[in-house]
Amino acid sequence: MAQTHLQKVKTFKNIVFYGIIGTLAALTLAALIIIISYILMNGLSHIDFEFLSQDPRKMGREGGIFSVIIGTLYVTGVGIVIATPIGVAAAIYFTEYAKGGKGVTIIRFFTEILAGIPSIIFGLFGFAFFVIFLGMGWSVISGGLTLAMMVLPTLVRATEESLKTVPMAYREGSLSLGATKWQTITKVIIPCCKPGILTGLILGIGRAIGESAAIMLTVGGSLRVPTSLFDSTRTMAVHLYTLASEGLSMERTYATAALLIFIVLVINGTATLITNNLGGSNGN
Amino acid sequence: METKFEIEKLNLYYGSFQALDNVDMNIYRNKITALIGPSGCGKSTFLRTLNRMNDLIQGVRIEGTVKFDGKDMYGLNYDVIALRKKVGMVFQKPNPFPKTIYENIVYGPRIHGEKNKSKLDRIVEKALYEVAMWEEVKDRLQKPALGLSGGQQQRLCIARCLAVEPEVILMDEPTSALDPVATAKIEELLKELAVKYSIVIVTHNMQQAGRVSDYTSFFLNGKVIETDKTEVIFSNPADKKTEDYITGRFG
Ligand SMILES: Nc1ncnc2c1ncn2[C@@H]1O[C@H](COP(=O)(O)OP(=O)(O)OP(=O)(O)O)[C@@H](O)[C@H]1O
Ligand SMILES: [Mg+2]
Repeated sequence: MAQTHLQKVKTFKNIVFYGIIGTLAALTLAALIIIISYILMNGLSHIDFEFLSQDPRKMGREGGIFSVIIGTLYVTGVGIVIATPIGVAAAIYFTEYAKGGKGVTIIRFFTEILAGIPSIIFGLFGFAFFVIFLGMGWSVISGGLTLAMMVLPTLVRATEESLKTVPMAYREGSLSLGATKWQTITKVIIPCCKPGILTGLILGIGRAIGESAAIMLTVGGSLRVPTSLFDSTRTMAVHLYTLASEGLSMERTYATAALLIFIVLVINGTATLITNNLGGSNGN
Repeated sequence: METKFEIEKLNLYYGSFQALDNVDMNIYRNKITALIGPSGCGKSTFLRTLNRMNDLIQGVRIEGTVKFDGKDMYGLNYDVIALRKKVGMVFQKPNPFPKTIYENIVYGPRIHGEKNKSKLDRIVEKALYEVAMWEEVKDRLQKPALGLSGGQQQRLCIARCLAVEPEVILMDEPTSALDPVATAKIEELLKELAVKYSIVIVTHNMQQAGRVSDYTSFFLNGKVIETDKTEVIFSNPADKKTEDYITGRFG
């Protein structure tokens, strides 16, 4: 009898537990859906060819956001292009060469801290170091470098995790054929890790593309189409912030927001597609 | 009879644990040498000293000499890469790379500098032919190797190993993950391969050792109890412990 009573209590606990978890999950999903659909509903109707193809006029009160879209892709792209090789190289060094060393533990500790630092601090550093000290000014390259520092920890972590999942058997198979360690890493291990690296990149791009504070401090806010790495420009997140905080045009604020969401979704979707394909053909 | 490996007073330690104890052995050219013994006696450890795979494990310490073709392969400046090219290895669990069948086989030749496409094609055909798989897979060379059955995967791994034209093939329980039919195929293959290659095979299967090998070495607790011609070991072993093991009285 005591047994069945205990079981009843257990079952009851389970129901309550799952109920709470389920409700919380539903709330999260609901919040997401509400935010996205609210933005899209308010913004999509204002996106037209003119909005996409014209540069902003009168501080963004009129015209479109063409130069801003270009600026966003440019700055984010530069950041990712700088961060990827460094991040992947660092992760390879940590997991394949210096495993378990004391130096690595320390570096990893600082990397983790770096991941948690508010972006405005990165912005401040980028401003002081790249913009002023190195004399790069408000520019695509200052912003790109700042973004690269911001996304590096995520990228290193994701790459490390996926390097660790590559079975020892592949390494042994490769080395037993007379491959060097370097050949084994570049020809067997990294191809296996492409999905993981890509996931890190997506997370990085997500963080970079939505960044406003650090970008304002390092890229500035020029509304012209940037033509070189040393031009100032404006990203969508910055534009959005400016439009909203200065009450320039609510329509264009929402349209910009909707487009930003759309771009992020497209990037995520494409990356997921690539990841799945990579997985399907087993890394080829 | 030409010796490939001469092993003298070999001790191997994993940290403070001694896994090989004063091992002496000769391994002969174009012969099949079987290593038998109960689990944990050091067979794999010994096998992995022959292509210096133990170098990958942290905290391994080795004493004594292992000579390959007369040269001390643990000596200073010994070229491990060249050694591993000559001494191939097939693992207990089939471990094809997550690439196509074709890419698996050309992996070795490519890293050793072969770029010519038609040569690589010929290498693939020859290697698959040697493991009696050419007819089975010639129409799906560009399919993932992981889509093959376990037995096919293991033969592919043997083909991958043959493609770099080794002189010795080390095999660690190559059939333990396979069914009897696949096992029989690989045993048949071993006989044919021994014409060209020297083979060292670890096995838990007494019959297999009896069927395929020319020499058998019995390991116990990190020591080699005896090494002799296989028929001698199985019919008239010098040591009582060998007899007990072979007749199944322990292990
Ligand atoms: N990397 C390692 N670190 C520490 N000890 C190890 C390591 N690898 C093997 N050993 C130990 O060394 C001994 C010999 O191991 P080995 O794998 O060579 O045995 P084996 O004869 O191949 O056994 P099995 O038949 O089960 O494969 C065992 O006691 C094992 O626990
Ligand atoms: Mg073993």
